[in-house]
Amino acid sequence: MKMLLTGNEAVARGAYEAGVTYAAAYPGTPSTEIMETVAEYKGDILAEWAPNEKVALECVIGASLAGARVLATMKMVGVNVASDPLFCAAYAGVNGGLVLVSADDPGLHSSQNEQDNRYYAKFAKVAMVEPSDSQESKDMVLAAIEISEKYDIPVLFRMTTRVCHGKSLVETGERQQVGQRPYVKNLQKYDLVPAVSRKLRAGLEEKLKRLEEFSNTTDLNFIDWNDKGIGIISSGVAYQYAREVFGTTASYLKLGFTNPLPMDKIRAFAKEVGMLYVVEELEPFIEEQLNAVGIACIGKAKIPNMGELTPDIVAKALLDQIRPTIEYDSTNIPTRPPTLCAGCPHRGFFYELSKRKNIMVTGDIGCYGLGGSDPLNAKDTSYDMGSSISMGYGAQRAFERNNENMRTISTIGDSTFFHTGINSLIHVVYNRGNTITCILDNRITGMTGHQENPGSGFTLQGMPTKIIDIEEVVKAIGIEHIRKVNPLNLKEVEEAFDWALEIDGPSVIITRWPCILKKQNDADHKEFGDYRGTCMVAEENCIGCKMCIKTGCPALRFNKESKKVKIDASQCAGCKVCLQVCPVKAIRKVGE
Amino acid sequence: MAEVKNILLVGVGGQGTILVGKILSSGLMRAGYDVKMSEVHGMAQRGGSVSNQVRYGTKVYSPIIDKGQADILVAFETMEALRWLDYLNPNGKAVVNDYRIPSAPILMGKNDYPEGILSIIQGKVDTTVIKAGEIAKKLGNSRTMNIVLFGALVKGMNLTDINWEQVITSIVKAGTEDINVEAFRAGLK
Ligand SMILES: Cc1ncc(C[n+]2csc(CCOP(=O)(O)OP(=O)(O)O)c2C)c(N)n1
Repeated sequence: MKMLLTGNEAVARGAYEAGVTYAAAYPGTPSTEIMETVAEYKGDILAEWAPNEKVALECVIGASLAGARVLATMKMVGVNVASDPLFCAAYAGVNGGLVLVSADDPGLHSSQNEQDNRYYAKFAKVAMVEPSDSQESKDMVLAAIEISEKYDIPVLFRMTTRVCHGKSLVETGERQQVGQRPYVKNLQKYDLVPAVSRKLRAGLEEKLKRLEEFSNTTDLNFIDWNDKGIGIISSGVAYQYAREVFGTTASYLKLGFTNPLPMDKIRAFAKEVGMLYVVEELEPFIEEQLNAVGIACIGKAKIPNMGELTPDIVAKALLDQIRPTIEYDSTNIPTRPPTLCAGCPHRGFFYELSKRKNIMVTGDIGCYGLGGSDPLNAKDTSYDMGSSISMGYGAQRAFERNNENMRTISTIGDSTFFHTGINSLIHVVYNRGNTITCILDNRITGMTGHQENPGSGFTLQGMPTKIIDIEEVVKAIGIEHIRKVNPLNLKEVEEAFDWALEIDGPSVIITRWPCILKKQNDADHKEFGDYRGTCMVAEENCIGCKMCIKTGCPALRFNKESKKVKIDASQCAGCKVCLQVCPVKAIRKVGE
Repeated sequence: MAEVKNILLVGVGGQGTILVGKILSSGLMRAGYDVKMSEVHGMAQRGGSVSNQVRYGTKVYSPIIDKGQADILVAFETMEALRWLDYLNPNGKAVVNDYRIPSAPILMGKNDYPEGILSIIQGKVDTTVIKAGEIAKKLGNSRTMNIVLFGALVKGMNLTDINWEQVITSIVKAGTEDINVEAFRAGLK
């Protein structure tokens, strides 16, 4: 049957067809929908959210050793977190086939950097495949599982945003009925002590040699002969762009299996063509390896190593072709940055935080990062997940050393706290720190589209489960000063900051209110009640001071002519933050 | 090689561009075209600018549309039409919803909502201005604004020989089939 699938959906389908029985992930754009789709194959595949990527990869490694075919998925920075087990898995190999999806984000649509994870394959010494559309995304999962089992090695499955979120036609197949392989205890393979690893390391080099032979012969790396004046080597979505630009005016060596590279095939191809181009998105991963063995080619000398590639970038770089566009003045179009939603529980918290002086706010990754944008501006830093607490700790130490009148406040979401924030908070307590940690619990993983997490009460496949209580965790770590507040109650938040800033020692403020977009479950209803509604402004009372506008709520409109604020009822969720800010009580909640 | 057609849908997160992309690509697929579609998720959901790109023909390679390449630009929000205008082929068509959603800097008073957008666009390309918000409201469900725009898109691209009503009915939420079909017809006028 033909279906129109995103690359992400196709990978999930591939996992189903390949007989995968266990899969784990931590969400992250552009990878998230893979595991959400795998989760729909209930009964055939056990799919789980892990608290972080390292845990996800370790879980699938364990299942692989026990004989299952497995899949782990993550965004590219997640592989940084999971890199420790990845390097071990390369040495030890697999039992059931193991595929690790790395979803890279060229152009930084929603990431903190633009790393090219193809280097991980070379670095960790694992096999790698790179699909260029949805059909390949599905087919290559089956191929990767096979390669993994045949060569006893994990396979890095490298995708990019356009492959993940691009939709194209996919011919689907049946699920392979494979039994689980038997587990065999084998210390010489799975006990990575130095004496064993030394041997495994030598064995890995042998595997890579055999994999290079495979790379030279597999159809995953194919040649499409056309005019031989120009030869193009490419992989991933960049191949589609090259095809779009050159059509049949060039010959192609399309690489689907990219570590190790098929050097013999590349050499033979290079000999046949006139000019050799390497068209790759981001870094010169292929080009450098060609250069190293003396194959002349043109790549990054013309094609940028930054940002997303497009067909036009390729056309301009290699053919000097420029497409005409409509000329107009676009300099004064106001930007449209993402904002905290109307009714977002983070708003009240950050509104109060923005009023504080002499503080450094170490932020973290999630919707609450938007508390650092205009007009709240309550953020000094945002690095990697979990970093808010540890960076805040380090900064506090340096401020103290210098006798500066500065406190650090760390802001971190619930999912991010479970991800790696916990470790950092342990550091704070252990080393007698003096930071204020604010855990913003909106009962869900918001930014990536509402995934369950260890605090939300459900597993990925909808099983009710134990709610890991953040307050109890924090207590157990040894924090003695803890306050729980409703972030939409400004007085409560203000008092909590006053309280924490007075304490000499580490404290934790936990805000607890559900994301306004979250589909509320029974527990939410019980705890938070039916609070939704709309607020309205009594125009005759509004003095046009714009205090409410400073909360940054997208439901508030200031009319320049009448000098009054109006609330857009279709957006307002009735959170009452504006109501509390209004100095003349011109705002009320309908029905209250 | 048969010509590939390019449709660019732009708007604001939450306006339903994704659903329209889904209906469009399904219908094109059922009509036997090769189809590729690209959308960007993530941060854009939080009220940011969003785009959805659909390409179809006998064989499509690239999933994305470059500047100057779109045969039609359908803007679900007026200012977004201007932001994405350079993606339109100078000989292409613009379908612009006369519907304003002020962005954060405008709400905060840092910028004004730009005036005269419609006439700027009309002065550059073949443009259809539609008040899809009002039309949807009159039909009784403002949330069908996206389907009204879809009707205008089908008309603009001359894709009327596909049985869209069947496609819409099979994709929209159960219980909203009729109102969506009505919205589609209204946009097609
Ligand atoms: C290592 C890593 N994994 C995943 C992501 C993607 N990511 C960004 S924010 C986020 C979730 C944040 O959820 P939470 O902490 O609950 O905050 P919320 O968005 O709900 O406010 C995820 C998974 C990332 N940036 N880095």
